Amino acid sequence: MDYFAQQLINGLVLGSIYGLIAIGYTMVYGIVGMINFAHGDIFMIGGFIALISFLILVSLGLTAVPVILLLVLLVSMAITALYGWTVERIAYRPLRHSFRLAPMLSAIGMSFVLTNYSQVAQGARVKPVPPIITGGHTLHESADGFVVQLSNIQIVVVITTVVLLALFTWLVSRTRLGRDMRACEQDQTMASLLGVDVDRTISMTFVIGAALAAVAGMMYLLYYGLVDFFMGFVAGIKAFTAAVLGGIGSLPGAMLGGLAIGLIETLWSAYFSVEYKDVAAFSILIVVLIFLPTGLLGRPEVEKV
Amino acid sequence: MSAPLSVSTNESQPTGVAFIFKKAFLSALVALGLFSLMVGIRTEAGPTGQLVFWTRFNELASLVGAVFVGSIAMELLRRWLGPLGGTAGLIPKPVQRGVTAAGRFLAPVLLVFALLVPVIFYNQRYILDLGILVLTYVMLGWGLNVVVGLAGLLDLGYVAFYAVGAYSYGLLSTTFDLSFWVCLPLAGILAAFWGVLLGFPVLRLRGDYLAIVTLAFGEIIRLVILNWQSLTGGPNGISGIPRPSLFGIPLTPGPDGLAAKLGIPFSATHRIVFLFYLILALALLTNWVTIRLRRLPIGRAWEALREDEVACRALGINTTTTKLTAFATGAMFGGFAGAFFATRQGFISPESFTFQESALVLAIVVLGGMGSQLGVALAALAMIGGFELFRSLETYRMLVFGLAMVLLMIWRPRGIIGHRAPTVFLKKAEAISSDLVKEGHG
Repeated sequence: MDYFAQQLINGLVLGSIYGLIAIGYTMVYGIVGMINFAHGDIFMIGGFIALISFLILVSLGLTAVPVILLLVLLVSMAITALYGWTVERIAYRPLRHSFRLAPMLSAIGMSFVLTNYSQVAQGARVKPVPPIITGGHTLHESADGFVVQLSNIQIVVVITTVVLLALFTWLVSRTRLGRDMRACEQDQTMASLLGVDVDRTISMTFVIGAALAAVAGMMYLLYYGLVDFFMGFVAGIKAFTAAVLGGIGSLPGAMLGGLAIGLIETLWSAYFSVEYKDVAAFSILIVVLIFLPTGLLGRPEVEKV
Repeated sequence: MSAPLSVSTNESQPTGVAFIFKKAFLSALVALGLFSLMVGIRTEAGPTGQLVFWTRFNELASLVGAVFVGSIAMELLRRWLGPLGGTAGLIPKPVQRGVTAAGRFLAPVLLVFALLVPVIFYNQRYILDLGILVLTYVMLGWGLNVVVGLAGLLDLGYVAFYAVGAYSYGLLSTTFDLSFWVCLPLAGILAAFWGVLLGFPVLRLRGDYLAIVTLAFGEIIRLVILNWQSLTGGPNGISGIPRPSLFGIPLTPGPDGLAAKLGIPFSATHRIVFLFYLILALALLTNWVTIRLRRLPIGRAWEALREDEVACRALGINTTTTKLTAFATGAMFGGFAGAFFATRQGFISPESFTFQESALVLAIVVLGGMGSQLGVALAALAMIGGFELFRSLETYRMLVFGLAMVLLMIWRPRGIIGHRAPTVFLKKAEAISSDLVKEGHG
């Protein structure tokens, strides 16, 4: 039971990270109707930028951990958002009215560009960082000595995710930009007739998605203590699975799907086999698409002729 | 934020020098933001495991400068060439028509050239090896072309069938001592079986969803191969896979070997030449079967499926069998190619079957213009040849490949050679008098 509780905590933390990435997928799919294949790599770039800005801040002599974390968060969100904007501007916007497969293939190309760009720029080796947030709390200690731990970093990850999610929900449901985004999602032509700048709204969607992916990248760095240039691929597919599981186009669904995937992956590793955890996650994608194509919270897709 | 960066085609924009400079300046500013940390700072794990970093402001400055100059150059070039990105694209219409006309002669010429390659380059092992590699990708491209080009099903996990074929041959030959010619059909059948297995769950999916599921499927196959150590040897792979024989006559220096039987001195090149003709024959078989299938009802159904699935169903075409046969046929050729790969290398490991391979084959099909057989062959030649040119720049190779894919989609989304139209279609639009379709009259 204690073992299960510990796995539950670990799974929820991992799920928060997946959920943050999944929001980027689901938003872009909702508005443009394409899978932003490069989003996983945006997450990876976010991790790298967090790492580099952290190193710089520490070498400048800053010691207050909360200040460092806040600055790192802001810097990596800003620069990664710029990456998201540029990717959309270069690789997707010229293809907005091209044939169906074009944006998908362009996105795959962009994913290769980003992966190999960071390999060339930062080297192929794994980059480790010493633990930044240490310590934790013992929740429960069983008779046989197994300790259920909740570390401070786990608390930070979950709180950051919840705060960002609240902020983001407010943005989508209460602001002008959010209204524009929902309008574009329903009908781009009509939205533009009513004075919504569609190009700008789509750009902003990519910017927000990339900023959230940057947060996920930073949390990954803090939680696992390493980044490498290839981590975006698998994390991207899993986050996409989360978005599909939750119902693509639905924001709470993305978060829910992320948590579900995180839990399934952790529990699978804990009770079955670590080697096949990715196989389990990918199999879920296939199973969900067969039996539950609209996901948990998604609307059924209307087929237009 | 909404300032145009580089490829806007709006004609009514201001045209002055100041505008060009402003645009270039903004582009450079964005580049500075993008590259500031990723290029300006280099991190590496130091000798004690602690991360160290150093600055590279020179590289950063030159990159930003390059973006500035490049932006100006792009803008001037665009004004000079007129707007890019339309259907006209890089290759003007007459040239395109010329290519189509030349295609009639180009195909036989290429075929004769391919047949003569081992004769011309007999002593150049490197060129023969490269030829075998190119032909392997031609065959993979033609196989995937059935799925993507003809049936219009975007398959990102094609490499899975290649892997199934390779491991089928590897395991059957090392465990049961079966010969290549027995294993080849078996590998094809097994791969086709896996194709159907993948096809079933994804029948209802289309477009992007289909792409992601096939990608996941490809990764599952790779991960299972990697982790099922007792069967596949895991990351160590399978080694000592037997070389092919010429219908039972081995190509070895011994007295049973082909060279001894023919009474000529043995040379290692014989095997290479044999492999070359083998893959050429397999590729031509793929091509021939595809061309013949295209004229059968099933081929017509594939093309109809690609053009419009809903209309297809409305016409009473069984989309289930149509999709499954497309997957099975494509997978079978992938399996053949995999078996050939295993026998050529003599060693296989999961590393050869990554997503990058799938993307490369898909890029070949797309570059060749989805459905055009000749286009795919030329694209494979260009792609693999291009990769060879960039061999010295190992790390930049995939970077260039990705960029090329993006640029290709922007300029020529339908491929360099142009795509294949459906084999049968109405030559002219037939107008029906409005009397016949008016409400209440028919």
